[in-house]
Amino acid sequence: MRRIGYILLYVALGLVGVFQIFPIIWLFMFSLKTNQEIFAGNPFALPTDPKWENYLKVFEGGIGTYFWNSIWITVVATVLTILVASMATFAITRMKWKFSGLVLGLIMVGLMIPIHSALIPLYNMFLNVNLIDNPISIVITYATYNLPITVMILLGFYTTIPREIEEAAIIDGSSIHRLFFRIIMPISAPIMSTTVIINMIYNWNEFVFVNTFISSDKFKTLTVGVQNFIGQYMTDWGAIGATLVISVLPIIIAFLFFSDKIMEGLSASAVKG
Amino acid sequence: MNKVMSNKWIIFLYTFPALLLIGVLIVVPLILSGYFGLMDWDGIGAMEFIGLENYITALQDSKFWESALHSFLLALFSALSLIAYLAVALILASKIKGANLLRKIYLIPMLLSSVAIAQLWIKIYNPSNGMLNSILRGLGIENPPTWLADPNIVLFAIFIPIIWQYAGFYILIYYAALKNIPESLIEAAKIDGATPLQIALKIKVPLIMNVFKVTIVLSIVGSLKYFDLIYVMTSGGPNGASEVMASYMYKLAFASYDFGYGSAIGFLLLIITLIVTVIIQKLTASKDKIQY
Repeated sequence: MRRIGYILLYVALGLVGVFQIFPIIWLFMFSLKTNQEIFAGNPFALPTDPKWENYLKVFEGGIGTYFWNSIWITVVATVLTILVASMATFAITRMKWKFSGLVLGLIMVGLMIPIHSALIPLYNMFLNVNLIDNPISIVITYATYNLPITVMILLGFYTTIPREIEEAAIIDGSSIHRLFFRIIMPISAPIMSTTVIINMIYNWNEFVFVNTFISSDKFKTLTVGVQNFIGQYMTDWGAIGATLVISVLPIIIAFLFFSDKIMEGLSASAVKG
Repeated sequence: MNKVMSNKWIIFLYTFPALLLIGVLIVVPLILSGYFGLMDWDGIGAMEFIGLENYITALQDSKFWESALHSFLLALFSALSLIAYLAVALILASKIKGANLLRKIYLIPMLLSSVAIAQLWIKIYNPSNGMLNSILRGLGIENPPTWLADPNIVLFAIFIPIIWQYAGFYILIYYAALKNIPESLIEAAKIDGATPLQIALKIKVPLIMNVFKVTIVLSIVGSLKYFDLIYVMTSGGPNGASEVMASYMYKLAFASYDFGYGSAIGFLLLIITLIVTVIIQKLTASKDKIQY
C-alpha cells in the first residue's frame, strides 16, 4: 500500500516535469524540421533529417545584431546597477545617519509599482531629451528598475559584515572609498554574483521598454527582434523555431552552470515579506 | 571611527546615484502619470488641461472595466493555483529521490523571456498544426478548440502558459521554506502516530503560512501587472476578450496616441495595485509570529 502511494507520487511529479520540459523539447525539435514534417502531425517525432539550414537562414537574416545588442545592453546595465546598488547599500547599512531607513524605503517603492504606470511619462521624458531610439535610454531604465531588487538581495549580506573589519581598516588609515572598493566589495563577491546573474536574466528578457523606446533595427534587442523575425517568417515554422531557440539558449546554458546561484537569487527576490 | 562612518559628504556621494536614478526614472514618472491624466494630449502636440474628464471617462468606459475584470480573474486564478504548487512542493520535500533535479526542471520556463514563451505557446495552440491539437486529433477528437481565437476560451488558454512560467518559481520558494522546518518537529509528530498527510496539513503547512501569505501578495499583485505575454500572444484579442489593464493602457497611448487618457488609465493601474497590495497585506497579516 505504501509502495503504491510512493509510485503514484513519483508519477505525479514526473507528469509535472514533462509538462514543464516537453514544450521546450518540442521547440528544439521543430526548429530542425521542415513545415511538411511539422504539419504531418506527430509532435513527438524526432526530426528525420535535421534542418540546420533553419539556423543559417536566421543568422543570414541578421539576428546577430539583436544578439549583440542584447549582450552589451545586458552587461552595461548590470554593471551599472550593481555598482550603484552596492554603494547605496553600503551607505544604508554600514554608515550612521538619520535618514537611512527613509532612503531604503524610497528605493523599495520600486518593488511594488507597475512599470506600465511610468511608461508614458518615461517615453515623454526621453523624447524631450532626445533619447528615444537611443540605447542609453534602455541602459539607464534597466539599471534603475533593477536597483530595488538588487539592493534587497545585497542588504541581507551587508548587515552581517562584522564591524571589526571596518574598524581595522579605518584605524590602519584606510579611506572610506578604499574600504568600500578594496574590502567590502571583494568580500561581498558571492552575493554580488547572485545579483549579477539575476540582473542579467531580467535584462536579457526585458521587452516593453525596448519595444517602446527603440524603433531602429540596429538598436533592438533579441526580445523585440524576435517579434520582427517572426512577423517576417510568418509561416516558416522551422525559422521561427530557430529564432526562438537562439533567443533562449544563452539563458538555458547559464542555468546549467549557475542553477544554484539562480535559485538563490530567485528565492531572495520573493522572500521580502 | 564613528566620525568617519557618519561623514555626511560620503553618505551623500554613495546614495546620490541611486536616489537620482530612482527619483528621475521611477518617482517623477509616476507623479507625471497622474498629471498627464488631467490632459487632453496626443503625445506630440500641446497639452490641454481638462481636469478629471479622463478619469471620469475611465470609470464609465466598459472596455476599461472589462480589462480590469480580466486582470482580476487572472489574479484569482493565480492565487488559487498556489495551492497546487504547494501540494507539489509538499510531495517534493518529503524525502523524494531526485527532488533537486525535478525542482530545477520545473524552474526552466521561468527563465525564458515572456516573448519567447508567448511565441512558443502561439505555436502550441495553433489550431491546425500546433502541438496541442495534433495530440488531441491523435486521441480522436475531431474538432478541437481554436484556443486563442475563441473569445470564450482565450483567457483560460493564456493562463496555462502563465502557470507554466511561474509554477517552478513558487515550488522553489515553498520547497525552501519546507526544508527549513526542523526535522525534530516532524520526528516528534511521527512518534505520536501522525500519518504523512496529517503531518503535511497540520504541521508543515501551518509552519510555512507566512511564506504562503507572501506568495499570495506576489501572485495577485504580479497578475495585475501582466503585459508582455498577453500583448504578444493575443494583443488583447479576439475583440478584447483577453485585454488586461496594462495592455489597454499601452494600446491607448502607443496605438491610438491618446496619451492623456492612457496616462489616466496607467495612473488608475498604479492606484488599484497599491490599494490591492494594502488590502491583501492587511488580510493576510498574522498577529503572532511563528516560532520553532
